[in-house]
Amino acid sequence: MAKTYEEINAKIKAGEAVVVTAEEMVDIVQTNGPEKAAENVDVVTTGTFAPMCSSGAFINTGQMLPTIKTSRVWINKVPAYAGLAAVDAFLGVTEPCEDDPLNKIYPGEFKYGGGHVIEDLLRGEEVLIEAKAYGTDCYKARKMKKIIGLKDLPYALLCNPRNGYQNYNCAINVTEKTVYTYMGMLKGKCQNANYCSAGELSPLLNDPYYRTIGLGTRIFLGGGIGYVTWHGTQHNPGVDRADNGVPRRPSGTLMVQGDLKQMTADWLRGVSLLGYGNSLAVGLGIPIPILDAEMAAYTGVSDKNLYTRVIDYGNDYTNGVARDYGEVSYAQLKSGSIVVEDREVQTAPLSSMTKAREIAEILKKWIVDKQFLISKPTTTLPI
Amino acid sequence: MYARIYVLRFPKDSSQRPFTYELIKKFDIEANILKADILPHREGMMVLELRGNKNSVKEGLDYLRSFDVEVERLAAEVRRDEKICFQCGSCTGVCPSGALYIRREDMAVLFDPEKCTGCMLCVTLCPVRAMDISLGKKEHATKT
Repeated sequence: MAKTYEEINAKIKAGEAVVVTAEEMVDIVQTNGPEKAAENVDVVTTGTFAPMCSSGAFINTGQMLPTIKTSRVWINKVPAYAGLAAVDAFLGVTEPCEDDPLNKIYPGEFKYGGGHVIEDLLRGEEVLIEAKAYGTDCYKARKMKKIIGLKDLPYALLCNPRNGYQNYNCAINVTEKTVYTYMGMLKGKCQNANYCSAGELSPLLNDPYYRTIGLGTRIFLGGGIGYVTWHGTQHNPGVDRADNGVPRRPSGTLMVQGDLKQMTADWLRGVSLLGYGNSLAVGLGIPIPILDAEMAAYTGVSDKNLYTRVIDYGNDYTNGVARDYGEVSYAQLKSGSIVVEDREVQTAPLSSMTKAREIAEILKKWIVDKQFLISKPTTTLPI
Repeated sequence: MYARIYVLRFPKDSSQRPFTYELIKKFDIEANILKADILPHREGMMVLELRGNKNSVKEGLDYLRSFDVEVERLAAEVRRDEKICFQCGSCTGVCPSGALYIRREDMAVLFDPEKCTGCMLCVTLCPVRAMDISLGKKEHATKT
């Protein structure tokens, strides 16, 4: 028996909705089957917490007298893009602090970047905003300098053009030399393997064909409420999929946004990836309405049935060599070791499972407490 | 397993001896050379990780001292700031001693300071710099 969004929201408002996390749903579907699970469960919550480089914030820095049309902007010495209207700027999280030595001292430490600025703002700290302008008749000022906190900024919108990757590579390095990548430090001769997905808790792995996720989907974002506003950059749904419909390699992505002022520093953390650069760890959680048995089956997927490819980041990735070193399941990855070319290789995650679970639990609580209703997407993501 | 990192300084006349070999053969110690700067007939320096039975490590160090090798314990204490760490787990891929490890049932990332050898690989690798290191007592003493 199919349910509608309206019926599920009516149950949430009445305090009767049954909400479980995607981890809890695995057992429920295995024990009762998808038909029965769809009757019993109304919403499944997902979560993920990991560095997501395509993130940033639109910030309106506020005017001054005489007025200014900022053309170059720095926040705590981190450059922001200001090719927008008068005092608008976009601060990207991978932008390093201007005097950072980068990889000149290899591997670079990248101690402070755009992601750290966002975290500092959320911690209630004041930031130094500096701007230059060429001056016009209507915006006479050439320079601006102010110290300001998040609460006094006229506007701050977290706007992440590519988050929540549906599946991601497992990275190894088959060259002789250690490499420092966005997938972490990879020792030569395939001595370690890193992966970055919450697996069975990951949002898009629980709705492989984006039946319930699209424009306008209300989500947990950075500790507050945000929305899916488009498919993300590099959204690539047409990849090879397993029998359960789940992509076997990096696939769908999400563009998400939300008012930064209602988010918290616990769920948006500036990060420094050794030898690679700066980024932001983003907390993202999506509620999935169990409209029917098909959605129950999708959300019941377990780490055993989620697969990804092992890719060499020492040579192949940067040179565009289309080769993989086999396929592994998330259950294998989470066991601590995988087998690559008959050799056991130790694995390490870059995505926090404890935080992903916490996000799914928070979202569950919001829904159970009637603070959060699910939303029907205006249009779903391209498939 | 007892594991510690030491900085060894060899005087000119003993820098030719095969100390690493002797530590392994005579004292059954696993010796891992982390850094070495030894030239013939010159003073030498080596950063050595020693693993084995606590007593045999102690005896091995006494043996080195008998040749006037200066022995200094490196980086004694590594701490994890629990408020900063978000348990991503990337450190577990580089920690050579298993001090940083994952409890598989719930994928929690845990730190056992007892097992830490102070190699410091985790310090700059941690994306949020949650690992903090304080130098060994001897080093503090020479500075003050």
